[in-house]
Amino acid sequence: MPARVASTNKTKLLTSAVVFTVIVLVATGLAISGVFSPSESKIVLATTTSTQNSGLLDYILPDFKSKYNVRVDVVAVGSGQALENAKRGDADVVLSHAPSLEAPFMDQGYGVYRRQVMYNQFALVGPSSDPAGVASAWSAASAFRKIADNSSTFLSRSDNSGTYTKELQIWGLAGLDAGQFDPQWYKEVGKGMEDTLRMADGMDGYTLTDEGTYFSLITSLNLVELFRNDTALFNQYSVIPVNPAKNPNVNVRFGMLFAEWIVSPATQELIASYSANGHQLFYPNAEP
Amino acid sequence: MGLAVEAVAVWKSYGGSTVLSNVGLKVEAGELFAIMGPSGSGKSTLLRILNMLESPDRGTVTFSKSTLAPGDGQELRKRMTMLLQRSVMFRDTVFGNVAYGLRLRAVREQEMRDRAMTALRDVGLEGFEKRKASTLSGGEAQRVAFARAIAIEPEVLFLDEFTANLDPPNIRMLEAALAAYRQRTGCTVIMVSHNPFQAQRLAKRCLFLYQGEVLGGGPMEEVRRLDDERIAAFFRGDLI
Amino acid sequence: MGGLDIAQVVGLSLYVSLTATVLTSLIGLPLGAFLALKRFRGSWLMRTGVYALFALPSVVVGLVVYELLSHSGPLGFLDWLWTPIGMVLAESVLIFPLVTGLTMAAVSDVDESVRLTVRTLGANNRQLMLRVMHEARFGIFGAVMVGFGRAISEVGAVYMVGGNIAGSTQVITTAILQRTQMGDFDTAFVLAGILMIIAFTIFFVVREIQERG
Repeated sequence: MPARVASTNKTKLLTSAVVFTVIVLVATGLAISGVFSPSESKIVLATTTSTQNSGLLDYILPDFKSKYNVRVDVVAVGSGQALENAKRGDADVVLSHAPSLEAPFMDQGYGVYRRQVMYNQFALVGPSSDPAGVASAWSAASAFRKIADNSSTFLSRSDNSGTYTKELQIWGLAGLDAGQFDPQWYKEVGKGMEDTLRMADGMDGYTLTDEGTYFSLITSLNLVELFRNDTALFNQYSVIPVNPAKNPNVNVRFGMLFAEWIVSPATQELIASYSANGHQLFYPNAEP
Repeated sequence: MGLAVEAVAVWKSYGGSTVLSNVGLKVEAGELFAIMGPSGSGKSTLLRILNMLESPDRGTVTFSKSTLAPGDGQELRKRMTMLLQRSVMFRDTVFGNVAYGLRLRAVREQEMRDRAMTALRDVGLEGFEKRKASTLSGGEAQRVAFARAIAIEPEVLFLDEFTANLDPPNIRMLEAALAAYRQRTGCTVIMVSHNPFQAQRLAKRCLFLYQGEVLGGGPMEEVRRLDDERIAAFFRGDLI
Repeated sequence: MGGLDIAQVVGLSLYVSLTATVLTSLIGLPLGAFLALKRFRGSWLMRTGVYALFALPSVVVGLVVYELLSHSGPLGFLDWLWTPIGMVLAESVLIFPLVTGLTMAAVSDVDESVRLTVRTLGANNRQLMLRVMHEARFGIFGAVMVGFGRAISEVGAVYMVGGNIAGSTQVITTAILQRTQMGDFDTAFVLAGILMIIAFTIFFVVREIQERG
């Protein structure tokens, strides 16, 4: 008779221990991933890193949670990716600030509706010495033109962000093609707003920033605000509940609940009350 | 009682060179048989083939009356074992080494213990159980290897120059243990030796291999007196 | 600025890395040993393939797993995107070649004569593999530890699949990234310190065990 290796007590114990460990580990993972509680109320909010890093969401979201008992998982990426996530059904609601990307998104039917939430300003920041004389410009476009004419160091985020989109828009208004700029002065850094500001600070260069991020970092920067007075520098935030027609798994009910909540007068007031380093970062402008 | 072993017309080549040409032998059950010849004769290869660790290119190996059917291999292999010139100790205690073969055969805890301890006693290493095998001297390791081999009570024991690296006291010790084991179980022993004095001391019948070919086989005295300078030189101790 | 639950972040890092290491080792250890011991048609290709995957960039793994787990992807129905279990999957894929390949190397290192001895004592293929793995256990242990260390230091793949959601998928590495971006260097340094302690502990434990072996 062929003899099989008998599981001695030690082997049996070891095997059991391993199997037990694996089951516990995997079960824990599934549990904390909500696999066993699909009815738990939660939504995924896709937004931008600058929005999240401003701290606004940490400030206002607890209000949503306490009012409706729905958990909000915030996934912060670039504007472009946030909208892409929504298209794939990986988000239930989007809070973004890239109107030029949001428009086609809505046209293609990915959003239930789009509503204004708040705005903050973009501003041109740079060294206090202002070599290009930007502070005396009469428009955003002319400020940019001065920088190009002077070949002053300018840092561009050159990612798919709302800020970068805005930057390109203004170069366009100035009749200039950013693709033709000399990398000697026009630096495409491909980074988020915080990193870009810090780099500009280090290089004494100009850059376009949203005021929210700028004010939250102001104490560690030498850069100063040089130009902001132009409606072209408006940074409009919108909320878009994702359309379940394209992705049935999307939680549209809570997505819309979130959108309604964020434009409600109570939340709008809450947004206005948020400040960093003494500066209000966001200006609510939801239409009633 | 041990098994009888028979090899018929065994051929083996590696790469382009023929290592064994038309080798045949017949070993009676329970006898101690020597395979002799200078280095490079193919003795170790033949041993491995007999031990079923390798298959011959041509020819057959049979045990007692059974011919090898493809499925039997594993079964038969468990009834024989081999000792090398430099035995490999497992990264374990001495007991772990000696009991290994028993563990493979699913022997129960108590019986395993008893057989392993008896084997250790037979090689004079009582008390060494808990020692780490890596700390043993060459002679001690070889004795542990022998204990490991006899613990599983093989019916055929293959010895490949198993005392070649040992000093005389250890050689005597192991030869005595071998004799005791054979007495107790009647196991068949096939040993390779390129030491003619040991071969004559222990074996009554032998096979003489020279560069893969059989120069002679049969009773030791007959083979020794064959008219071949190579054989004569070997027995003088001149040919290594 | 929101505060950070350091205990939760560290706990999740350890959990994700540990689970990924355990799951990967369950398959990688026997597979690595098997590939080291058995020569079959295509085994050379497989072994080379495993070593080649050492160079697999983690962002590529992150991207691929993300595509798989996305709700519009083939495994979207699992709902594993933005979850710890999704991160475990990404980490497992990431460290699998490493653990398997290093196990292969450790087992190959075991001398041929050990295999011979094991076979003469009557072991079948499964018993042979177990014994050889036992002989190679220090190297194999090292392989597992390297896998764990790699997993816990990973940023890109876990960010892409987990989403760095505060309170549920934020781990030490993505937290360091985010805190740095936010300018909260104090917290970033504390987290970095913790990660270094974990990394050095692994290093010392491996050295200790291998000294003994």
